[in-house]
Amino acid sequence: MSIKKGTAWKFGDDISTDHIAPGRLFHLRTNLPELAKHVLEDARENFASEMKKGDFVAAGKNFGLGSSREHAPTIIKLSGISGVLAKSFARIFFRNSINIGLPLIECNTDLIEEKDEIEVDLKNGIVRNISSGVKIPIAPLPDIMIKILNEGGLIEHIKKHGDFQLL
Amino acid sequence: MGKTISEKIIGKHSGKEVKAGDFVIAEIDVAAVQDGTGPLTIDKMSEVNLIQAKNPKKTALFIDHAAPSPRKELSNAHKKLREFAKKTGSILSETGEGVCHQRLAEDFVAPGNILIGADSHTCMSGALGAFATGMGSTDVGIGIALGKAWLKVPETFKIEVAGEFGHNVGTKDLILNLIGKIGADGATYKALEFCGETIKNTDMASRFTLCNMAVEAGAKTGIIASDQTTKKYLAMRKREHDFKEIKADSDAIYEKIIKIDASKLKPTVSCPHTVDNTTEAAALNNIKIHQVFIGSCTNGRIEDLRIAASILKNKKRNFDTRLLISPASKDIFIQALQEGLIEIFVKAGASIVTPGCGPCVGVHAGILGDEEVCLSTQNRNFKGRMGNPKGLIYLSSPATAAYSAILGYIADPTNI
Repeated sequence: MSIKKGTAWKFGDDISTDHIAPGRLFHLRTNLPELAKHVLEDARENFASEMKKGDFVAAGKNFGLGSSREHAPTIIKLSGISGVLAKSFARIFFRNSINIGLPLIECNTDLIEEKDEIEVDLKNGIVRNISSGVKIPIAPLPDIMIKILNEGGLIEHIKKHGDFQLL
Repeated sequence: MGKTISEKIIGKHSGKEVKAGDFVIAEIDVAAVQDGTGPLTIDKMSEVNLIQAKNPKKTALFIDHAAPSPRKELSNAHKKLREFAKKTGSILSETGEGVCHQRLAEDFVAPGNILIGADSHTCMSGALGAFATGMGSTDVGIGIALGKAWLKVPETFKIEVAGEFGHNVGTKDLILNLIGKIGADGATYKALEFCGETIKNTDMASRFTLCNMAVEAGAKTGIIASDQTTKKYLAMRKREHDFKEIKADSDAIYEKIIKIDASKLKPTVSCPHTVDNTTEAAALNNIKIHQVFIGSCTNGRIEDLRIAASILKNKKRNFDTRLLISPASKDIFIQALQEGLIEIFVKAGASIVTPGCGPCVGVHAGILGDEEVCLSTQNRNFKGRMGNPKGLIYLSSPATAAYSAILGYIADPTNI
């Protein structure tokens, strides 16, 4: 788990899977690169065209609530976002993100402002806000999820072991 | 030490004693996907070269979110599900057969089962005394192929309900009220166990509505002990043999106990754009509505349609309010036809939508115009949910929705 550096884009509380991957674009679910051009569009217009590869999403509480659509974390990852920071995550989104290898960082995002430069150090469990100089601790993931994330997601885990080898 | 329903079921499926907070690999009984999540599930299974179903007769693929298909891309997605079902011997539920959650409860899930489904409202089947939870395409794909999934045993909130509901007040008002109180993340990762004399006295339809919306408080599942009502329901579905008594121990450990007096509940409405943004219907004055939707996995059962018909009989929808009604499954549709409910609806000016998810997912059949307002019996009012981020969605019970459709604005149905 290397250290990643990038610019933070701020979002509010309760960003739903409909904000991330809207139902009106249901027909694009079988064309993920095209769907990724609309990522988070209903929370922030033009986000996909303005963000740069390696940037971070920094949101409030309950990020990813709603649908089980794995397309939501998948298009965040496809768009080049390095990870999502939030005060808390909704359950299914949380599982889906780890399964597909999108890092989720649970921390106090009030300490991050729009366009702050941040450095996420998953190994040491710290977000360093380079713009403000503040260090923000990351809530640790359960061991089972660290295993899945370290192996590159659940599909890679099953490919490697042919079965669950998580406990 | 006493156990909750979730601890009992998950323990049995993982071959050991478990308690809240434990991680396990559990055998699963039923796995399901729908047309929005199924194609990605199949792609993921292809990646690991596991196009197989461990229990094909308990693996179901539902064409319900975009059915009948409004676009060629979705027709092609449907083709993919049909081919997978044929190849693996799994069950395909075709266009018009109904919403996955209704179909799963009708014919697939039994008390004591574990169901995983690639749809967040999978928790609805918990009303049968099963552990039912929504997951993504990857988890369910692996579950279909290997017949198991990893689970964290959830802590449980006991929701104890006493008292009788007032006229035209029911479990939809109860669950909206509860979510308003604890918040859209008030039960993240928890199981909500509904119990108490009110729950014992409700029918299965009302119980399904409760468990369906557990996820709107962030919960992993909603769950209700199985009893004689569950048994009768299964018998009606010709599955009496599937009945098993499942209940929590009297000394089970709960993280929290929430007590609710049903007699004090009023018709409740969730306002845009979050489910926890609730108020009483009577407090909303002059919210003009352009569309009413009665249906969905939350409130598209025969009992819901009977309530709507009792209010819409010999009445007309407001001239400026479109009325869409969708029975949640084919069997409910047939029963509604036999009982004359569909005729009442059509005479009242309603459009009948094919059993399925209909307008709730914003794919087709009732997409809102800019600044249009919809009052719906569905479970979610997120921005963009009904196909247009400029639309405004309010949520209510079937009684509130039917009465409001006549008036053209949101109104309290308790005095009619």
